[in-house]
Amino acid sequence: MKQTYYEVNKMTNMIVIAELSKGNIHPSTAELVTAAHAFGGEPTLVVPCSDASIADSVQSLSGVSKIIAVKSDVFGGNDSSGWASALDSAIPSGTIICLATTRSKDVAARLAARRNISVVQDVTAIDGTNLTSPIYSGKANQTVSVSGDAVISVRANVFDSTGNDGSSEISVVDASGDVKTAVQEIMQRASTRLDVSEANIVISGGRGMGSPANFAHLEAVADTIGAAVGASRAAVDTWDEIPHSMQVGQTGKTVNPNLYIAVGISGAIQHLAGMRSSKYIVAINKDADAAIFQHADYGIVATWEEALPVFQEALSGMLG
Amino acid sequence: MPTIVVLVKQVPDTNAKIVVQGDRVDLSSVKMVMSPYDEFAIETAIRHRDATDGTVTAVTVGGPSSEKILKDAKAIGVDNIVRVWDDSWSDLDSNALQSVLSETIQTLGATVVYCGKSAADTGAGSTGPGIAERLGWGNASNVIGAEFSGSIVASMPVETGVAKINIALPAVISCDKGDFKVRKPNVKGIMMAKKAKVELMSAAAPSSTISIASHSMPPAKPAGKTFEGGASASQVAQLLRDEANVL
Repeated sequence: MKQTYYEVNKMTNMIVIAELSKGNIHPSTAELVTAAHAFGGEPTLVVPCSDASIADSVQSLSGVSKIIAVKSDVFGGNDSSGWASALDSAIPSGTIICLATTRSKDVAARLAARRNISVVQDVTAIDGTNLTSPIYSGKANQTVSVSGDAVISVRANVFDSTGNDGSSEISVVDASGDVKTAVQEIMQRASTRLDVSEANIVISGGRGMGSPANFAHLEAVADTIGAAVGASRAAVDTWDEIPHSMQVGQTGKTVNPNLYIAVGISGAIQHLAGMRSSKYIVAINKDADAAIFQHADYGIVATWEEALPVFQEALSGMLG
Repeated sequence: MPTIVVLVKQVPDTNAKIVVQGDRVDLSSVKMVMSPYDEFAIETAIRHRDATDGTVTAVTVGGPSSEKILKDAKAIGVDNIVRVWDDSWSDLDSNALQSVLSETIQTLGATVVYCGKSAADTGAGSTGPGIAERLGWGNASNVIGAEFSGSIVASMPVETGVAKINIALPAVISCDKGDFKVRKPNVKGIMMAKKAKVELMSAAAPSSTISIASHSMPPAKPAGKTFEGGASASQVAQLLRDEANVL
């Protein structure tokens, strides 16, 4: 039975939608090409853009059959209706793969709905037509079997990037989109610090930090190593000064940075669910029995008051 | 006077330990609750109703056991509760689920739909934008605050800060945790909810093309290294550079 699906699947068109980030093509687009090959074969790469010249930067990606640069004003904004309608008009039928970012997941859901097909989000593994995604914020994995066309969003940093020895032909298509929302104003964020969901290194504090003012010590370490600062739900719920936008965990943000440093965090299931897929985990906690140590690559049993200044000095010495 | 629908979903308690038996998640001993972001959707829907003199109907898709979260929604303050179901349904894929919800929303005559930004089980977040597309409506996701007049002005985080977005009705709003407290049920609400009648509805569901093949636990991590005392932090810093190569 599976073999039959596989054969059908081989006949589906594969389409990869390049990820846009600040007007340029996000490097994880090269991972999406690899994901497309794992599912069904060589994809057409669709580049949403306001200026088609950005497609030149992906012309050399290996394993791409052709590139369609879809040019529209809607891609300068964030309206998912505008994005989906403009892309839909330019994308042939088939299975569509995009990156699992906030905007692209919305666009994926809308594209699937336009075509009366299903969407599978946050995929972390592809085996033929079987797609695996984390569920319950990573407490378990779910594998689904796909028959027919679908829209698939794939997590970043999961698939290897395709090579760079291709030379695809680029065609440019003009498209218009059906925009349904309008930005009134943007209140600029005062802090220029990275968001936890974007950073390669995250340092988070829990209620063990004692007071919100003590998060300044985490910020000092973050400044040294270019990290974002996060928090546990206990810290967010306890202190009004710690906003929900910093919360890592099942009801906050799910992160998978290269390095996650948990300070004064006991390791509730809720929190583990949001950070357990981090590549390396460091835990600093005065309680040797804290659950977080079972998930840490490097555990330091000490109060943060003892450990953080030493940590900070060592890091400054190494990186300064 | 808008007719407001709020979509709610029953999920395992987010504090619950998840166990896989055979190749399926075993939820038999797990407490089931309303997905946490749905509480922010209900709060926003009730505020919208109170600002415009509309009505709020909470809708869930599920079997009889999912009526508990509808009663919870009623106790918090929604006006009507609707359960959508057909005994022939099992695991509806996104296409089937969104078709069912879109038809239900049209039958109810709603002009604005609130839902959580994602459900705490799959975390996919497809339902809000998906039904907006099917209905031909605008949508906003990750909304952390809203003001109501003829249209909705929704606040949502963007790369550079927080954007205020103007969305004409009809529209679908997916809610994140906002910077406001959600109301909790009071005694009177709980008593009223006990007596409240759950309206049953059904709708056409296209056959699913996506089916669950298996569940599994994430692979366990090998045991790490533990050090005693704050002074060891400098050793850990060196290991991060020389062994883990992450600095």
